[in-house]
Amino acid sequence: MKRRDFLRNTIFTSAGALMVPAFLKPFEALALDELSRYKNLVVIQLSGGNDGLNTVVPYGNDIYYQKRRSIAIKPQELIKLNDMQGLHPQLSALKEIYDQGWMTIINDVGYPNPDRSHFRSMDIWQTASDANQFLTTGWIGRYLDSDCNTCKFPYTAIEVDDSLSLAMKGQTKKGIALKDPAVLFRNTNEPFFKEMILQEEKEHLDEDNLGYLYKTMIETSSSANYIHHTSKTFQNKSVYPNTAFSNQLKTISRFISSGLKTRIYYVSLSGFDTHVNQKQQQGNLLKQYAEGINAFLKDLKEHNKLDDTLVMTFSEFGRRVEQNASNGTDHGTANNMFLFGGKLKKQGIFNPAPRLGDLDGGDLKYQVDFRQVYATVLDKWLDVNNGDILNRKFNPLDFI
Amino acid sequence: MEQIENFFKIKHLYHRAGFGIAYPDLQKASNRNFHKAVKHLFSQAAAVDPGLTTVDQGETRQQLLRQAGLGAKKELTPAESEQRKTILRMQNAKSRDLNITWIQKMIDSESPLLEKMTLFWHGHFACRSNNPYYAQQLNNIQRKNALGSFKTLVMEVSQSPAMLQYLNNQQNRKNRPNENFARELMELFTLGRGNYTEKDVKEAARAFTGWSYNREGDFEFRRNLHDEGNKTFLGKTGNFDGEAIIDIILEQPAAAEFICKKLYTFFVNDQPNEIHIKELARHFNAKSYNVAAVMEKMFKSDWFYDAENRGNKIKSPAELLVSLSKTFYVNYQKPQVLIQLQSSLGQYLFNPPNVAGWPGGKNWIDSSSLMLRMKIPSLVLNDGLIDFSGKADPEDEALLAINRKGKARPVKSYINAATDWPRFLASLPKDCSAEKLAAFLLQPGLNAKIKSLIDHKATLKNIAIEITSTPEYQLC
Repeated sequence: MKRRDFLRNTIFTSAGALMVPAFLKPFEALALDELSRYKNLVVIQLSGGNDGLNTVVPYGNDIYYQKRRSIAIKPQELIKLNDMQGLHPQLSALKEIYDQGWMTIINDVGYPNPDRSHFRSMDIWQTASDANQFLTTGWIGRYLDSDCNTCKFPYTAIEVDDSLSLAMKGQTKKGIALKDPAVLFRNTNEPFFKEMILQEEKEHLDEDNLGYLYKTMIETSSSANYIHHTSKTFQNKSVYPNTAFSNQLKTISRFISSGLKTRIYYVSLSGFDTHVNQKQQQGNLLKQYAEGINAFLKDLKEHNKLDDTLVMTFSEFGRRVEQNASNGTDHGTANNMFLFGGKLKKQGIFNPAPRLGDLDGGDLKYQVDFRQVYATVLDKWLDVNNGDILNRKFNPLDFI
Repeated sequence: MEQIENFFKIKHLYHRAGFGIAYPDLQKASNRNFHKAVKHLFSQAAAVDPGLTTVDQGETRQQLLRQAGLGAKKELTPAESEQRKTILRMQNAKSRDLNITWIQKMIDSESPLLEKMTLFWHGHFACRSNNPYYAQQLNNIQRKNALGSFKTLVMEVSQSPAMLQYLNNQQNRKNRPNENFARELMELFTLGRGNYTEKDVKEAARAFTGWSYNREGDFEFRRNLHDEGNKTFLGKTGNFDGEAIIDIILEQPAAAEFICKKLYTFFVNDQPNEIHIKELARHFNAKSYNVAAVMEKMFKSDWFYDAENRGNKIKSPAELLVSLSKTFYVNYQKPQVLIQLQSSLGQYLFNPPNVAGWPGGKNWIDSSSLMLRMKIPSLVLNDGLIDFSGKADPEDEALLAINRKGKARPVKSYINAATDWPRFLASLPKDCSAEKLAAFLLQPGLNAKIKSLIDHKATLKNIAIEITSTPEYQLC
């Protein structure tokens, strides 16, 4: 039998068991992984610069009420966490999560010489660079590049979206962007493309650009088949709110619960650039966020996956402490980050509330460098050395 | 034999220096000395070009004044709020118009080299501006000086409102310097890291204090904000202003090498060849930073046509969209779709990711962008259909049935474009075979796989769609 025919005859023998070009060999290593629990990281990006001070409100500090005359949230409306900070009322769905010990809040996360441009600051967060450094690879991409034990598959990182964020792009390896596994599966199985993949011989897979294109195509196709076949059998009966964000989380939950060997999932919720009439706009988004998270975590718990999952939420910057004249807030600096999961070491509020009396030109000073949070996740959750990924060593924190 | 070699050399030249070439032009050019083709490109580029004129200066100024007036108010009435939104909407619409006009200009232009160079500078002097007039103005500066003096180009870019605003030089004032512009000028626009110190950045920033612009969108030097003290910059000391700083920067040998390396990786090969780059840099220096001179040198160098430099560059999204549209005489019924495609493919013109521009090369490719790139030709040319059924076996049929889910293909894809097939087909030689067509449309040399993959019995139209739906078509 010719190699081509062999491939053709075996590629779809049965759902889930598919033949992939030999150089990929993604399944050989599975047996070992199967023995240990498979840890996942879910990164949630809140795009636009979420106003952290109206998300976790420092109601115990009078300065908050002085600086935010018309948009401050009254103490009696808040979900109080301690005598200093409370959650925005639209985050009520997180109360239950918080009480279960599934949530950690890190206050004042930022970086030196903060940039107020959405694009630039998002770049900095996604590439984990310094403020004056331009990197073309993302921090998750560099994790993929490191070819470590936990990241060898082409589907190690999935972004549930139409296009791939810089965070997910490495030099030699990249994550996969897909909104619906069935659509990607249909695309890669377009008869003409399938024929090209089947015909491909190794001689084209050099390190040159053409080889790179073919390698990407073959990996995409093999991953699309794997993801589609693995996840399609899983029936998710949990009820999620009917929002785009919740649907994305539902897709991730399906992937995790069906046993997909993916380490990192990435998803975004946008619209947080609230310069004008912030109250309603931010409230709607926070509600979508909290209700989605609530459904997602409970779903994972039900499928016994919560202990293996760590969810991390960030936004590219916070807002200025003082509100503006249009009942909104302008671009600021440090912000809070949220972590969720069943295995949090330090639950609840991780560090002191923002010091509103000690500002830098009207902006919060950061207490924690965001790369320390990444470092913690890399060292303690993904089992790699953070210095290898972040280009220099950062001190990890003690939340997992 | 020489004619065949000429054919492929000129095809390579036109894919790099422009966005491809029509078959009859290619055939005509390959009958002549190839230096004539190089000369032709430069003479086309020397013609007077009005640049982009989509955005009206007066109209934009009125909007800005109105906007500034509204912005100064503490409280806005509902009518004023609405007005503010309307202005924003109008500006966004203008910005989109500007984008479409430019990409259409790249498709239609009589001087492809000029547009290609403008595209290069657009990525080199990367900038975002919410103000469509400023964005247009910068684009026109980049076109006007695209093949002229690099020094003039740096000067005019540095004095453009778009760049002054983007890199915060409006906030760069005596005793309160903002270093952003001075830093990027050296790191990204002229010298590259390692060729200056942090002290040089600080001193240069002082020299650029007072560089500003007025409401007319003209450069303005605000003497009262300028630091008149002595600055020590790259080993020289004096009461330097911005122009003096740019002069000193361009005296550094590193500058010509930095620019030539960027030109080389954009036009020749992702992998820089230091010998070739040094050769270009010497010439660039000798010709006082004349861009046309260095580009002509590049296009006339033997190494430019070496096998390792042909058909190996990944087309940028702009190159892919422009060359496809140009080759097949595509008419976009809803040109907005061009913006959607740029954005999905990762190169939304006028909106670079940051001041470092688009990283290019392999960075264009990930799983989703590659699948979309391979799908685009069929979407643009044939409503999403790649007519490829000749080789299906029973198992493929089963798979086809699952995939199609019984749905007939939509009559029109969302792209909604019209291809002038009669014109394209008439441009091909009478005896055009499937292989000949593939050799024309693809830049990498034909291999056995492509030869066996294409359906030799299909119509030339269907073969063209197949060929453009391959990974090979992503290269130029």
